[in-house]
Amino acid sequence: MIFLDNLINGLSLGSIYAIIALGYTMVYGIAKMLNFAHGDVIMVGAYIAFCGLQYWGLPPVIAILAAMAVCTVLGVTIEGLAYRPLRQAASLAVLITAIGMSYLLQNIALMIWGANPKFFPPTFINSTTFKLGQLNISSATVITILANIVIMVGLTLFTAKTKMGKAMRCVSEDRGAAELMGINVNRTISVTFAIGSALAAIAGVLLCSSYPTLQPTTGSMPGIKAFTAAVFGGIGSIPGAMLGGVLLGVIEIFGKAYISTELGDAIVFAVLIVVLLVKPSGLLGKPVREKV
Amino acid sequence: MSETENRTPLLRVHDLHVYYGAIHAIKGISLEVYKNEIVTLIGANGAGKSTTLNTIAGLLKPRQGTVELEGTVLNGLGASRIVPKGLSLCPEGRRIFQQMTVRENLEMGSYTRPNSEIAASLEEMFQRFPRLKERERQIAGTLSGGEQQMLAMARALMSRPSILMLDEPSMGLAPILVEQIFDIITELHQAGTTILLVEQNAQMALQVADRAYVMETGHITLQGPAEDLLHNEAVQKAYLGS
Ligand SMILES: Nc1ncnc2c1ncn2[C@@H]1O[C@H](COP(=O)(O)OP(=O)(O)OP(=O)(O)O)[C@@H](O)[C@H]1O
Ligand SMILES: [Mg+2]
Repeated sequence: MIFLDNLINGLSLGSIYAIIALGYTMVYGIAKMLNFAHGDVIMVGAYIAFCGLQYWGLPPVIAILAAMAVCTVLGVTIEGLAYRPLRQAASLAVLITAIGMSYLLQNIALMIWGANPKFFPPTFINSTTFKLGQLNISSATVITILANIVIMVGLTLFTAKTKMGKAMRCVSEDRGAAELMGINVNRTISVTFAIGSALAAIAGVLLCSSYPTLQPTTGSMPGIKAFTAAVFGGIGSIPGAMLGGVLLGVIEIFGKAYISTELGDAIVFAVLIVVLLVKPSGLLGKPVREKV
Repeated sequence: MSETENRTPLLRVHDLHVYYGAIHAIKGISLEVYKNEIVTLIGANGAGKSTTLNTIAGLLKPRQGTVELEGTVLNGLGASRIVPKGLSLCPEGRRIFQQMTVRENLEMGSYTRPNSEIAASLEEMFQRFPRLKERERQIAGTLSGGEQQMLAMARALMSRPSILMLDEPSMGLAPILVEQIFDIITELHQAGTTILLVEQNAQMALQVADRAYVMETGHITLQGPAEDLLHNEAVQKAYLGS
């Protein structure tokens, strides 16, 4: 029973990582950059939902939609103001800008909401507990796992079938060739940031539904873990983000339960290192081919 | 070519200068392509042929000079806004989307056109390139080199360009396939497509072209009817290996 309990918790935590990892992986695949501020967009999303629920008296669904809207605008703005001017710059410059953006968001959150942790109010997401034999499963767990599946299927269909989705695949493969098709690369990258950031808001709400303490650094650790998950699964790959995220969550929970609570995170990163040694492009990543 | 002289060119490049950082790659070239012509641009490796085509297509920005298509100045528009104006580049090295299917690649070629027009163009391409029809659902990266080149050309045609620019379409292909590619170029020409062709294979290029320009290290050093250049001694020495 404890085993099953841990497995379900792992799947739930892993689903949150997976949703965050999607943002990393899509932006990496299409804009070829690591958006280190992505984790902090999650935090902003969680705060907006928190304000909606706690201060503005919004119904939960509206609060979540508001968080998604704010994060979408935030993501697109960050991209347009901070990253777009650096499109031709060295990737190190972009990376450092992204790290700076991460600290900027954390400090803005600190100014607005202060350093004291907020308690994320309960909603329909975590209101009930299902009993399955001896298992107690929170509705947050079920909703998180379902949300992950729905998002994954939705994004897969989006990139496979829609015109914008196909444009994203083109930009991801060859930006110059995409332009020659008449694809507006900047707009495609903006849409990518919009989708990733809206998902970050959902991840923020789900995260706080299971772990309700909210503070300006709330997004950092899940952000880093999700980034790890994206690399683990093969950065740039949507199914890779799903697989990497879920596995990472499960490994983390099992590591904490059976090996050592303190070393839980270290185990996660150790597994990552082993996987990357064996398969440098990640579980589902395509081997990088040098262009001739 | 006397009849072309007093018509306005379809494509007109005037005094183009292009830099890569401090490297002055294109040093003030001018060229024209008239409707229904095949014009070829030949020259040694590194002469600046690809740079010229990429600049015309809007992938690179010239520091000086103008590019005009049917009287409209294209400078500064960027590639994605130039395509719908009727100019299409089939780039060096093909650059098809390796992970997409043949059909998806073709559809991307007509990205800027209304969806309702795509089916007819697809049908047209499948007729001209029956090989692609057979391989419609195949992942493009698994096509042979010759098939990939055909796909790249078909994809460039899917935007229904008024001028098609081809950058070394015969690169890396076996002689028989080179023949095929040049046959296709001739067919396209007969069907009324205007073509600006960059080639290493000067012999074949000069045979299909109406006019030609010879480039050396960023300058145009010779120009004239293709036939004349084919028999020009300097050209024969430098590019035709005789
Ligand atoms: N991205 C770049 N950065 C710096 N220099 C470049 C770049 N691309 C091309 N060059 C330089 O510009 C000059 C012209 O190159 P270009 O590719 O246009 O030549 P080309 O005539 O197409 O040659 P080839 O027949 O080999 O394709 C060369 O000296 C090349 O080294
Ligand atoms: Mg070239």
